[in-house]
Amino acid sequence: MAKAHASHNLDVDRYLSQFREMHRIRAFEMTALQAVDEKLVLGAVHPSVGQEAICVGVCDNLRRDDLLLSTHRGHGHTMAKGASAAAMMRELLGRTGGTNHGKGGSMHIADFDVGMLGANGVVAANISIAAGAAHAIALKGDDRIVACFFGDGAINRGPFLEGLNWAKVYGLPVLFVCEDNRYSATTKTSAMTSGAGAAERARSLGLNAREIDGNDIVRVDEAAREMITEIRADRQPQLLVTSTYRLLGHSGFDRGQYRPDAEVDAQWEHEPIRRCAALLKAAGVRDAVLTSIEQEAKAEMLAALEEAKAAPWPAPEIAYDDVQDVGAEKMEHAPWLS
Amino acid sequence: MAELSYLEASKQAIAEEMRRDPMVWALGEDLGRGGVSGQYKGLIDEFGPNRIADTPISEAAIMGAAIGAAMMGTRPVVEMRFSDFALCAIDELVNQAAKARYMFGGQARVPVVVREPVGMRGSAAAQHSQSLEAWYAHIPGLIVILPSTPADNKGLLKAAIRCDDPVVYMEHKGLWALEGEVPDDDDYLVPIGKARKVRQGNDLTIVTWSATVHTAAEAATQLSAQRDIEVDLIDLRTLWPWDVRAVLESVERTGRLLVIHEAVKTGGFGAEIIATIAERGPRLKAPLRRLGAPRVPIPYSPPLEKLMKITPRQIVETAKVQMQA
Repeated sequence: MAKAHASHNLDVDRYLSQFREMHRIRAFEMTALQAVDEKLVLGAVHPSVGQEAICVGVCDNLRRDDLLLSTHRGHGHTMAKGASAAAMMRELLGRTGGTNHGKGGSMHIADFDVGMLGANGVVAANISIAAGAAHAIALKGDDRIVACFFGDGAINRGPFLEGLNWAKVYGLPVLFVCEDNRYSATTKTSAMTSGAGAAERARSLGLNAREIDGNDIVRVDEAAREMITEIRADRQPQLLVTSTYRLLGHSGFDRGQYRPDAEVDAQWEHEPIRRCAALLKAAGVRDAVLTSIEQEAKAEMLAALEEAKAAPWPAPEIAYDDVQDVGAEKMEHAPWLS
Repeated sequence: MAELSYLEASKQAIAEEMRRDPMVWALGEDLGRGGVSGQYKGLIDEFGPNRIADTPISEAAIMGAAIGAAMMGTRPVVEMRFSDFALCAIDELVNQAAKARYMFGGQARVPVVVREPVGMRGSAAAQHSQSLEAWYAHIPGLIVILPSTPADNKGLLKAAIRCDDPVVYMEHKGLWALEGEVPDDDDYLVPIGKARKVRQGNDLTIVTWSATVHTAAEAATQLSAQRDIEVDLIDLRTLWPWDVRAVLESVERTGRLLVIHEAVKTGGFGAEIIATIAERGPRLKAPLRRLGAPRVPIPYSPPLEKLMKITPRQIVETAKVQMQA
């Protein structure tokens, strides 16, 4: 049977669980975009629709106490690391109970309790911070590792060179993950990148680098598991380059009209959730099971949005909290506010 | 008390804090051999290369890695060699270190001390001489410290290392060899945000910081000896937070204020001090005045470089005008 060939030893439980997580991320993103349309979310939202397999395949192989640094397109990584979708949705809406108390929004989501040290609004800036987090691990001598995600555009910024060189020079346990979704905002990255790309650049610095299909959840899961096992043992950085495609615009405000419809339509055929569903079906999982997972994910995120809408706005005073210990300005009494 | 140089005092501060707290470490270019000015000389023998860490010439990564390591609970002392070079790491300092705690809703602390020496010393020219302290005072989240004496360079550096906020710590390159009494005490801390009264007087308040404190002290001696003008001289020590109360108390007494800095006058921190005092509206006997460098890059040739510096004579002349107003 054909399906036996495709899935002769597929760990169905594992990939059903990852399928569920990918659907949760997809549903979170689509719900967040709906909230953008409804003007409930005002800042930029960068959806990871189409890139879910990388988020889930990598993070599912991390321990809860491992560390993660993410990008402006960070919802998927954050959820896959274990953050609460409800708290994230509150953060997007700028409400009390948000992961960052409403002070970060989509681009700065962080949840230190699950080792998620922050999404970053500056492309590539998280690379050297990730190296530093790993540097602290090395100084403390424990066995955690750091995963650091960045996009294809980041390899043209200085921190890519400085951070990878740093991690290799000091022998630091970092899994760098390049999510090559082909576009740097609205520009084709290939037109702006010389040479053979991220993997070759990393190899020139002495890092082991692998290039895989980032829309294939099994490939991502297996590669991440192997690389993370090696990194945890030998404390050397590696780079995983994953090819994928940003199915939607750069942000919620961008409809991506600079890309030909045919290009985008073709990519929807290769998107990771559809491919994972095909694998699971081939392994004998019933359609109804897959559909109910999708429906549950959508329902969960719609409930998160409703709950976030009902959550109160932050008290004005917290705008002045957490600036600094020494010399922090206090909110002055402002009669025009009351 | 011991007689130590400004440089030795800072080294003693680092060594004491590293003995006290195993999470304190220093990183930067050439630290294993003492650093660009010898501020770390010998420390590697006691603390080893992991805690006195040599780095590549990667200012952005030095700062970025320090931030990551600080968020993980270590306390890095970042060496940038010159405040001019720290500009290669502005994103890391301004967008990351200063913002992480706030934008992550209080989940992060970034206890880094960024040492970036300022000032003119011996024809270092346009890219090794700048005093850019006002930039950092403008950034919420950062603390800005500019010590002027060996004792302060011990007590303020120790306070900076123990502080949980990111600190921009700007020593003056021209002061490395300056000697002075420095307390031996392991817990000698100078509180951040408290000005130092260098000289007591009732005629004219002079506010300054860093190396210009010594220029102003010389001018104040001359004014007292030659003109019977008694200067109330305040070394601000830290620009953020700055000691508004000390300055205001003095200006209310003297009715005259002159702010002096080595940095370019335009947009310098003197403008902030003058504006703040003006808003408070103390009774004045003369217009508020500032002295700072012209808006010119620092030139190389000694006579040209000299033109950029505040001199005691310039201060004396300005003070005389203020006294006649």
